[in-house]
Amino acid sequence: MVSENRRFAVVFHLAAIVAAFAGFVAQLPAQVVAGGYFPPLNSTGLSGGKVPVTKGHVVLVDFWASWCAPCKASFPTYSLLQSEYADRGLIIVAVGVDENVSEYTAFVDRLKPTFATLHDSKRALVSFIQVPTMPTSYLLDRDGKVRFVHPGFRGLQTERELRSEIEILLNEKAINQ
Amino acid sequence: MKSDRTKICLLAVLVGLFLGGCSTSSAVRVRPWERAALADDSMNPDRDALGAAMTEHVYFAREAASGGRGVGGSGCGCN
Repeated sequence: MVSENRRFAVVFHLAAIVAAFAGFVAQLPAQVVAGGYFPPLNSTGLSGGKVPVTKGHVVLVDFWASWCAPCKASFPTYSLLQSEYADRGLIIVAVGVDENVSEYTAFVDRLKPTFATLHDSKRALVSFIQVPTMPTSYLLDRDGKVRFVHPGFRGLQTERELRSEIEILLNEKAINQ
Repeated sequence: MKSDRTKICLLAVLVGLFLGGCSTSSAVRVRPWERAALADDSMNPDRDALGAAMTEHVYFAREAASGGRGVGGSGCGCN
């Protein structure tokens, strides 16, 4: 009896280790994180407008959806940042991930953003990036490297953080030109 | 003895792979950008105030736990 219990315990623990390993391998996130390079926007199949030329610019890429309330709250802030920093080299690109193009269009028509909005209709880019939450914004330096990631939008707090980070990146010069 | 150990290891690997399969991300996880349906107002359990109040009333009556939800204490009368 003791022997059988021991055998069960051995099997259980070995199984738990294998299961944990299999689960870990299966759930390894393939996220683009700070320090990594962001894929070129013009090669990711985005639709809904002209993809801005971002080479040599500081770029803020924001992932949003029409059903996401914080995304809606973030748009006026991005419009403000765009108007303030565009002359110094900031480009804001908001990538909508709505499944339905009419919902994407209605949202853009309603909010009338002053920055570029594009539609990731096949969700190729967002799947590649593996955004952790909606919305998430990625601040890229002039070399296209992801320097700061903002999961979620927390109003004035996020705006303050973005301003200081944008200032840092705008004051840097590109290395790989 | 050696044969027993081999069987145990084989069994552990098979059970482990079976359990591991249950935890694969592609099987159950809804990605953040796929949550349009979940964000819909019809998914909000409190969207109907009257319905929620009636459900609460029935819950309290059946469970004999008045004050047990959203109010300090569990209806036991001890605090």
